[in-house]
Amino acid sequence: MLTSKSFVKKTKRGSVIKVVREHYLRDDIWCGSEVCDICLQEAPVLERHPQIDSDLCDFPHYVLPDTNVLLHQIDILEDNIIKNVILLQTVQQEAKHRSLPVHKRMRDIIANTDKKFYVFTNEHHKETYSERKPGESPNDYSDRLIRQAAKWYKDHLERARKQGSKVTDGDDESGVSVVLLTNDMANRDKAREDGMLAYTVHEYVKSLIAKPELIDRLAQITSAENERKKRDSDISSDGGRKVLFPEHMSATQLQSAVKNGTVKQGTFHASSENFREGHVSIHGEEQMIFIKGLANQNRAVNGDIVAIVILPKHQWTCPSSVVAVDKADKEEEGEKDFEEGENSDSSRPANSQPTGKVVGIVKRNWRPYCGVLQPSNNMEGTRHLFMAAEKKIPKIRIETRQAASLQGQRIIVSIDSWPRNSRYPMGHFVRLLGEIGDRDTENEVLLLEHDVPHLPFSESVLSFLPKMPWGITEEDVKVREDLRHLDICSVDPPGCTDIDDALHCRELDNGNLEVGVHIADVTHFIRPGNALDDEAFNRGTTVYLVDKRIDMVPELLSSNLCSLRGNEERFAFTCIWEVTHKAEIVSTRFTKSIICSRAAFTYEEAQLRIDDKSMNDNVTLGLRGLNRLAKILKQKRLDNGALVLASPEIRFSMDSETHDPIEVQQKEMRETNSMVEEFMLLANISVAKKIHEEFPQCATLRRHPTPSPSSYEPVIKAALAKGVELEVDSGHALAQSLDKAVIPDEPFFNNLLRMMTTRCMTQALYFSSGTLPFEDFFHYGLAAPIYTHFTSPIRRYSDILVHRALAVAIHADQSYPSLLDKQNVQTMCNHMNIRHRMAQYAGRASVALHTQIFLKDKILDEEGFIIFVRKNAVQVFIPKYGFEGTLFLRGPDKDKDGLFKYNEEECTQSAGNVTLRGFDKVRVQISAETSNIQHQKLRMKLVEPKVSGFSVDPQPAEPTREVESQPPPTKKQRRGGP
Amino acid sequence: MAGIELLSDQGFRVDGRRPHELRKIQCRMGVFRQADGSAYIEQGNTRALATVYGPHEASGGRVRAQHDRVTINCQYSMATFSTGERKKRPMGDRKSQEMSQNLQRTFEAAIMTQLYPRSQIDIYVQVLQADGGNYCACVNAATLAIIDAGIPMRDYVCACSAGFVSDTPLVDISYLEESLGGPDMIVALLPKSEQIALFQLNSRLHADHLSKVLDMATKGCKDIHTVLDGAVRDHVSEVTDSMARS
Repeated sequence: MLTSKSFVKKTKRGSVIKVVREHYLRDDIWCGSEVCDICLQEAPVLERHPQIDSDLCDFPHYVLPDTNVLLHQIDILEDNIIKNVILLQTVQQEAKHRSLPVHKRMRDIIANTDKKFYVFTNEHHKETYSERKPGESPNDYSDRLIRQAAKWYKDHLERARKQGSKVTDGDDESGVSVVLLTNDMANRDKAREDGMLAYTVHEYVKSLIAKPELIDRLAQITSAENERKKRDSDISSDGGRKVLFPEHMSATQLQSAVKNGTVKQGTFHASSENFREGHVSIHGEEQMIFIKGLANQNRAVNGDIVAIVILPKHQWTCPSSVVAVDKADKEEEGEKDFEEGENSDSSRPANSQPTGKVVGIVKRNWRPYCGVLQPSNNMEGTRHLFMAAEKKIPKIRIETRQAASLQGQRIIVSIDSWPRNSRYPMGHFVRLLGEIGDRDTENEVLLLEHDVPHLPFSESVLSFLPKMPWGITEEDVKVREDLRHLDICSVDPPGCTDIDDALHCRELDNGNLEVGVHIADVTHFIRPGNALDDEAFNRGTTVYLVDKRIDMVPELLSSNLCSLRGNEERFAFTCIWEVTHKAEIVSTRFTKSIICSRAAFTYEEAQLRIDDKSMNDNVTLGLRGLNRLAKILKQKRLDNGALVLASPEIRFSMDSETHDPIEVQQKEMRETNSMVEEFMLLANISVAKKIHEEFPQCATLRRHPTPSPSSYEPVIKAALAKGVELEVDSGHALAQSLDKAVIPDEPFFNNLLRMMTTRCMTQALYFSSGTLPFEDFFHYGLAAPIYTHFTSPIRRYSDILVHRALAVAIHADQSYPSLLDKQNVQTMCNHMNIRHRMAQYAGRASVALHTQIFLKDKILDEEGFIIFVRKNAVQVFIPKYGFEGTLFLRGPDKDKDGLFKYNEEECTQSAGNVTLRGFDKVRVQISAETSNIQHQKLRMKLVEPKVSGFSVDPQPAEPTREVESQPPPTKKQRRGGP
Repeated sequence: MAGIELLSDQGFRVDGRRPHELRKIQCRMGVFRQADGSAYIEQGNTRALATVYGPHEASGGRVRAQHDRVTINCQYSMATFSTGERKKRPMGDRKSQEMSQNLQRTFEAAIMTQLYPRSQIDIYVQVLQADGGNYCACVNAATLAIIDAGIPMRDYVCACSAGFVSDTPLVDISYLEESLGGPDMIVALLPKSEQIALFQLNSRLHADHLSKVLDMATKGCKDIHTVLDGAVRDHVSEVTDSMARS
């Protein structure tokens, strides 16, 4: 069965060494077709009667793509119409080598059994392997392997048909043939010489009768290929078009240039304000390198890893404060604009920065982009420009015949290439999302742009859910502590369906109190390593949008089995403390339990119960006890230097039918909110200690780095203008100075100050305990030496990891390998940090979107506060809606220029006798700006203080209308700290 | 080197084997005349030579001789040309010393030492070409050489390595599979009684997977036993044939 064959490879690892590897050739690799009776395969993948309507190949056939087809046309292969495809090992490996995202998508396709993709390990098959000939280039070699495999398939299927027809006694079933898809003409012609069917993808896709629109998705790389081939000859004559960009350095040139330091590599960040400008952040260096002009950017797209050279000092310049938007409608105009951009700046400013130019691309970081088609005069034409929603992405040229129907729709487009003679990158249409302005579409855009996995849960994930009806069995009772007799209740925001925590408190005989925090036992249902676990990990967190919740775990768990609803028996992970009446902890223990919550209260209901003196049942007494303890705990925490921070949180009331927001409210904070929060913090800290004790190397913890004093500078400066001094030396000092910073006439000032302080801090992060020294575990915001997340396993994956670790620590569950691997835990933490941040951004973007919808067709006068004074504008925060906007003092119309004078030292803007300072109260008129369909903005105009020639008149008071409203899905309060 | 997929989704390893398949084994006994016993083995690209001298009088006089059993002296070395880059020190480095000691332990457990008190057996093994599983090839070669020398053993000693990649145990791992990280288990087994003469595990492996990997290695040892046993029987019949003819 084994045939040995060794071959020789040379690799570079400092010096050239010879590597000899064995290469076994086998005769037990099957062809994977149902037609074939020769192969002894168990479950053939490829169908007996492959059906695809093509007027080029109107006979049953399998498709065999080559590497470039796979790499560039993966969008086509992903379409449901393409089935019965043979993927060769050669193709797969080469694709993996060249693009990991494509490789991953391909693996997803292969895993989908409906797609009927079969991987043929041709390089280990006795008859399809051949050795590389001397002098043969790697590309030619793999092309030859592909052709050889295609030939083998053709002959093999032929043989199988003959044998099959012998058995079935002359049933003249027409055989299945193999069609080789390749975009390399030479390869295609060679294959045809060998008597095989070979077409280019374009020929093949165009022949598909069933789905003509597939043509749009073809990647536009043909011209790039041509360019590559003509590189040696004179390029400027290519198609008579001008070469706009300098050539990129080749990979080998780059490697040596980076090594000897003439070229630096870093990530390219395009400016969102000026399309001609960008920065490159070089790894390990603080100073960003400025890139000006399209030719210097040299086809770098935001996020790419690029190689740059730094220009000589006399060419250094600085970002112009101009906002420039790429307005060109047509390619020709774009080219003109290109030159303008280069020449417009000839002045050498004094405050110049290191400036460089891009000489090569190390790695592209392209992804599919959401956006709209730019309206053009010629809707019948096929060439169009696409504008991405993200301003940092250049326009993309695509070819489509459905331009008219794509007008006014949100679409997704991928970039394929950016040839030197094209002003814009070339791409292809991938998918239609829906109408612009439609809430579902906009939501999807928002989710895609923040990379939030939001597809429905797949079958394989759902298969790991417990079978309904679900009940508690004898065995469960045996291994868990029965706490059903305790008077436990939960307190949550109204409308909350994923209740993951419940509390109880009772007097003990020895005079102390027993307090319990009960957290839904999600890990009982989500076992490590299965598809459900993988999916939950990938999602990382539940994402709360204004009108939608994207669950981390399927609804059956999140809203039923793991939700600690009132009067239902549920599994919990319980943390029980014995505390004195002064809230000193006597003992702590953890246990898996069965509980039965007596009631699920809202914050309001719980507050009413506590306040109502006439109610004296056990649950109410417990709540009162908890409330009293919470106050003591909070005071202790604040004395330790924990910060009370503020962030604007608002809620929309929704119209029950149209789901349009009709009213905006600020979230209220009650005593009970803080009561629940306090005990969650306590539970988290106790658990953090326990798991760190048990797993000093691999516990999932959360830290909040202490910010450097310099990061507070803007807020200190602004506060000084109001006569308030902030001390930032320690958390404790900061907390105290924040408490003192109260201006009696301006009740909102303190809140505002806290909000701005919050912005100066970095975010809290998950990490694995083995990767940092203990001193760095500190959580600055909570002033806790060690902290983790334990209390919301339904909506955060970190809590699931913590639950598992804790269960192992108390011997309630078994450990598994990846839980104990420090590096692996850190990788998981990094992933969760990213998901967590993206979820926050998505949530904010959703609020912005709904504010936009809310203000549509409205013009309102609102009270706001100046939070930042800039050179040509002031940032105004509007507490009622919790958003901030920019009030431009120097608009595009030049006549207003010079009205306001900017004082850089004091950070003020003044016009006449009016001076605008930080924290000043203003009235502004807000309205939705709809002139730009892509980026809808809110426009602000100054109402008060009055500045003649600038401010506008107040609006007449508008009668408010009453509409029945329903509560939107609520996001839980920031529980367990920032 | 990162990014090489050691086990493809289709269940093939880099060199085309399935997880449970050994490399091709070829061996010859009695390759040298001067030594009392000798053998040469190829396991894939790993090639090893073993020679056995003894039992003879213990060298170094009475001090090193043991009154109740034979002293086993092992020496492991790698040929200077055995690796991609020429090796500077063929023997005497820490790694070789450790290997020598491991070999000694292994064969003290397998050879019936009590039969030759106050004497000594020398086992010299040299790796001619290294491509993973050096120790295993040496043990297997030494076993054949000892049999060739006619020294009684409790059983064959067969050694086999096993690795663990993406939740699948791999048997008889090559240099590439060894060097890309992951656990590397070496088992020397007396196949009939399934007694373990030597067990070694490099880098960490979670206890849950231990039995799976060990089973795979044990299976590999038994497969190797079948091959070695066949080779010994062929060799013996060859020898008896030639004796009958002469």
